[in-house]
Amino acid sequence: MPISIDIKSIEKRFVLRHTRSMKETFLWLLKGRRGDLYKKFSALEGVSFTVEEGETVALLGFNGSGKSTLLKHISGVMLPDSGSVRTRGRVAGLIEVGAGFHPDLSGRDNVFLNGSILGMSEKEIREQFDSIVEFSEIGEFIDTEVRFYSSGMYLRLAFAVAVHTNPDIFLIDEILAVGDEPFQKKCLAKIKELNEAGKTLVVVSHDLDMVSKVCDRGIVLERGRVVMDGEVGDAIAHIRAS
Amino acid sequence: MKTKVSTPDDGTVGLVSPGHGAGLRDVISSRFLLKLLVDKEIKVRYRGSVIGLLWSYVKPGVQFIVFYIALGIFLGLEQSARNPGGLPNYAIYLFSGIVLVNFFSEALGNASRSIVLNGGLIKKIYLPRELFPVSAIWVSAIHFLPQIIILIVACLFAGWTPSVLQLAAAVVGFIIVALMATGLGLIFGAVNVYFRDAENLVDLLLMVATWASPVLYAWTTVRDQLGQTALNIYLLNPLTVGVETFHYAFWMPTADQTQALPPSFLSLWVPIALALSIVTLVLGQLLFRRLEGRFAQEL
Repeated sequence: MPISIDIKSIEKRFVLRHTRSMKETFLWLLKGRRGDLYKKFSALEGVSFTVEEGETVALLGFNGSGKSTLLKHISGVMLPDSGSVRTRGRVAGLIEVGAGFHPDLSGRDNVFLNGSILGMSEKEIREQFDSIVEFSEIGEFIDTEVRFYSSGMYLRLAFAVAVHTNPDIFLIDEILAVGDEPFQKKCLAKIKELNEAGKTLVVVSHDLDMVSKVCDRGIVLERGRVVMDGEVGDAIAHIRAS
Repeated sequence: MKTKVSTPDDGTVGLVSPGHGAGLRDVISSRFLLKLLVDKEIKVRYRGSVIGLLWSYVKPGVQFIVFYIALGIFLGLEQSARNPGGLPNYAIYLFSGIVLVNFFSEALGNASRSIVLNGGLIKKIYLPRELFPVSAIWVSAIHFLPQIIILIVACLFAGWTPSVLQLAAAVVGFIIVALMATGLGLIFGAVNVYFRDAENLVDLLLMVATWASPVLYAWTTVRDQLGQTALNIYLLNPLTVGVETFHYAFWMPTADQTQALPPSFLSLWVPIALALSIVTLVLGQLLFRRLEGRFAQEL
């Protein structure tokens, strides 16, 4: 099988600055408190794995274990300090609901803006537009400004755009927590459909039941390290045991 | 995207490293997104205000009237029967400079803030980040357009008969200023992520810019007061050259072509200014690409 995501021993350190004020920086330097200026914090340490095309992978772990940071490396938002990340094809996803939505624009304008931000061409958006609106169940409100949308409508439209970007790798970060049950079911069905079409899925979620339904493989992170990589059932058991 | 080809047969052929863009070239390939971002900005900016887009004219209009009364009339820069040493058609002189400097100010000011303002998006989704400064410049150019129309109408009333060379000079002048604003916008936009002092520094620069170019007075004042060397340094500023091309195209034809350009202006200073703006743009792009890798974690 061709490889879809290839991650080789990536490291990522964040610098936690304790002050952004020039005055304090200067004073602390004078007082010999240089060490207090900032602290380095390892978000990812020696993370390596490969994902084959069509795999469904869950990234599991407690808050602060580095799951979202890892996802940001796959999408290219962050670059590793060392090591390499390589991907094949278009990467898109719901890193956060409606990033790139503007409240003052209508639903229609936002579909175009958001679709384009997620890498769709003008032609693709025009072709998919009706299907996006239908999936979102927004109906006649598509020409209303999204500031008047309920949070459910907002989420539905954002998700509808994202699933229509037709990515090769689909990243999902804690999104299905919102939305009512029928829509959640519809989303899960759509995600499964994407997977059957051979798309690679990477899911970050604390909802272990949902994860076990969607994913086959689980990778457990702890303080930025991979501590377990295997069947999703085993990974969930590992999380529940710790 | 840069393609890294590995040894064949292991399934890794065609893998690319995400997050490594081609800089401004990516902006060209994302023209549609650029257009949408510009449309959004135009739609959203004056939302909820009664006179809307007219604010883009009220501000320069009031600025023009204040300068005209204070400098043209009170300080005697306007030529009149009692003041034959002044500039003929001072109002057009003033306005042709102001529109260009206002374009520069708006473009650079907004481009410098664009990365921090769009931080929410930059932190979550990868897209060519140059889009934000470039769309800020584009929006300013759209606001600039109607002002130039007003200027042309005023010029026509004053008997404007420009030559093709003069019009071409104005176009080149505008390009010089736009490239300069883009280059500086990339620099300050990127630095602003790390030090918010950058946007205050830009405000300071822009305040100086109006006075460091011959917008309110004539370039001859610089030569007469400070000498030739100072004039040469003065003309190294691409904004000064841009403003002077506008005077050449819009004001001189209405002033019976009697006013002189700085010595070897078209043959020497315009090419120098163009070269300097291109260098600024290249430096801006290089610095931007060095700094953009850590935007997501610093924002």
